[in-house]
Amino acid sequence: MTVDFNAIPLSQLSIGSSCRIGEIGLNGLLRRRIQDLGITPGTTVECLRRGPSGDPTAYVVRGTTIALRKEDAYQINVFPI
Amino acid sequence: MSITTEKDFLQELNKEAETIRLSYVTKLGDRIIADIYKNAEQISKNVILNDTNKKNWTLKLDNYLTSKIFGYPFMLLVLGIILWITISGANLPSDMLATALFSLQEILSRGFLDLGAPAWLHGILVFGVFHSVAWVVSVMLPPMAIFFPLFTLLEDLGYLPRVAFNLDNLFKKAKTCGKQSLTMCMGFGCNAAGVVACRIIDSPRERLIAVLTNNFVPCNGRFPILIAIGTIFGVGALTGQLQALAVAGIITGVILIGVFVTFAVSWILSRSILKGEASSMVLELPPYRRPKIASVVYRSIIDRTIFVLKRAVSVAAPAGAIIWIVANTYIGEISILNHLAGWLNPFAQAIGMDGYILLAFILGLPANEIVFPILIMSYISSGTMIELESLAELRLLFIDHGWTWLTAVNVMLFTLLHWPCGTTLLTTHKETGSKKWTLAAFIIPTTVAFTVCFILTQTVRLLGLG
Amino acid sequence: MNKGHKMILREHFGIKAKSDQYVIALAGNPNVGKSTVFNALTGLRQHTGNWPGKTVDNAQGSFSFKDTDFLMIDLPGTYSILTNTVEEEIARDFICFAVPDVTVVVLDATSLERNLNIALQVMEITSKVIVCVNLLDEAKKNKITLNLPGLEKELGVPVVGTSARQGIGLDKLKEMLYLAVKEQVIFRPRQLHYSPEVEEAIAQILPKIEQLGLSDYLHPRWLALRLLDNDEMLLRKVSAYLTANSDDDIYREVSMAL
Repeated sequence: MTVDFNAIPLSQLSIGSSCRIGEIGLNGLLRRRIQDLGITPGTTVECLRRGPSGDPTAYVVRGTTIALRKEDAYQINVFPI
Repeated sequence: MSITTEKDFLQELNKEAETIRLSYVTKLGDRIIADIYKNAEQISKNVILNDTNKKNWTLKLDNYLTSKIFGYPFMLLVLGIILWITISGANLPSDMLATALFSLQEILSRGFLDLGAPAWLHGILVFGVFHSVAWVVSVMLPPMAIFFPLFTLLEDLGYLPRVAFNLDNLFKKAKTCGKQSLTMCMGFGCNAAGVVACRIIDSPRERLIAVLTNNFVPCNGRFPILIAIGTIFGVGALTGQLQALAVAGIITGVILIGVFVTFAVSWILSRSILKGEASSMVLELPPYRRPKIASVVYRSIIDRTIFVLKRAVSVAAPAGAIIWIVANTYIGEISILNHLAGWLNPFAQAIGMDGYILLAFILGLPANEIVFPILIMSYISSGTMIELESLAELRLLFIDHGWTWLTAVNVMLFTLLHWPCGTTLLTTHKETGSKKWTLAAFIIPTTVAFTVCFILTQTVRLLGLG
Repeated sequence: MNKGHKMILREHFGIKAKSDQYVIALAGNPNVGKSTVFNALTGLRQHTGNWPGKTVDNAQGSFSFKDTDFLMIDLPGTYSILTNTVEEEIARDFICFAVPDVTVVVLDATSLERNLNIALQVMEITSKVIVCVNLLDEAKKNKITLNLPGLEKELGVPVVGTSARQGIGLDKLKEMLYLAVKEQVIFRPRQLHYSPEVEEAIAQILPKIEQLGLSDYLHPRWLALRLLDNDEMLLRKVSAYLTANSDDDIYREVSMAL
């Protein structure tokens, strides 16, 4: 495994590209929620589309589509693939 | 182990667990979830033989339905089409039901007379109870029997989460949750159901805002008022399908006003008594699925239509009796109803309506469906008209009582914005468990309705337009 | 656990099963056709309301198969049962403390990986689990093929494939439920593999948990995991539910615990 120092916030992932989940900076209920939906460290996530007014953004996670707000996605670090 | 030693033991156990937890750098809870998913991943890899699940229908549809260009127009279009189908489809069965039920009323009436029943009994049962029930059934049943299946269809198709996805950004600006739009959709059917649907919102603050503002979406009980007035005063000259289309346009406009007020009130609440930041929103967008029509129709009729109708009828029957009594009991030369209407008249005039209209809204608290029959009944008992079969006659009746376009607009706005019905208030109390918030659910819309109608009326009068 | 105690625990959840009725819990993610399965099995013999003291919908319905009566409880649709929300708490507590005779977990065949999460979580609490892989019709449309016998082997519990909207596979599900309550099915739920640090932590706390003497009711390993996940409330509930002798006791203990 190569160490990748180029972690970016999930919110900055461009549409159509994929990433691996790194550290999740969220707290409380949301942190759990996100993990329960399968967004756990190491998971591959693809950025699918943004809402008509630019937010929220839909991501493909383990074969399902999950929409997150920019503010929340910002606190999830990812490694672009 | 006795209870006390057991408690000590549990405490000790918790402490030990905490020590272990703290001795690890990573949160053990996170690790556990990730590990369960690792197992799921492994199992899936072994049992999914082939998965070409990439370029499927859902992706293609969402390219349009949630796109920058088509996302919002499509939502409006869907709303417009549903209303148009509901309105134009309900016309004929409504007329047929009305004709049937009112001729039954005549037969009943004759029966009572033949049996020599006292006039008051005849009045209460036939003109009070039966008339109200007949009105509610003929006016409400057909649109509901069309609207609810259409709504359930959208639900089953998987379109509703897309509505939340499209609108979340607007709700975020009001510091609330996009899922509020789903509770609003439900409110079109019945606000009490909409209030219950607010359970899907995680943040208690945002849930409460959704509960308090659900009423600004007109429910099925209020649609008939909007449709009738929209038809009478808005598009009287048009006929047939064109008319239904124009009415659907007017109603869509009214709904947009309601949506705007929802945003505005949510925005204000988030910055005043329910101050707070927008929390997060995690929304799954499930794949679109072809609905089973039979089960859609079955469920929407059984679960929703019959449920709402039963409730409406059970309220309309006693209310009809009471209103007949109020309209036909005289104190001096004037009936109680007229006394009340006269007393309310100055307030009502200030907001561009009359005492009878305001009284009808007040007496209609148990259920919005009976506002119109109350109004008609009180106009009739104070006027000369007896028969009322078509909208043209209704128009004459209203104009006889001094209605102008301004009255019509005010009644529509008041219908949209005024206090929730009794059932919705009861439901609000059940869901929030608080008298204070139930009171707020009454006061907020009431204030909004009076303010909006007052400002509109005074402005129009000042400008000499009305 | 004796039968009387079991009934008291169930009544706490608003479940009034007749003494010859088997209680079946229905769990799963939202949007997987759980209610379709529920409606298809119970038909019009349903009763809906709220969970006691909670504003969460509760639906129970009964059905019979081969002269055996079942009472099915539709648990709230959740992504997890680690109790982050009221719904998850209800689902978890029901499976833990109302001790359903069998728990059916409904999975969406088109997103198996995500759906397996809750199945694996349920299987850690109770071994009497039947996995119902629903929406096979949708999976077929999306050209997804699943090896269901393989899944059964992986999970160690019975797996039934259904397309509930078409009514396909429901008879098989009923048959499996029947066999399960007549104890003609062997449940050997998969033991989850955790990373070394979690296993190590479990090993540290397990002896202490075993001293609690609750192994007959709940898997000590699962209790250990919940404790390591900082679920302090659970232990208090465990002792409240399992040591109480009457309904009043439970209410008092549980409300004290809360």
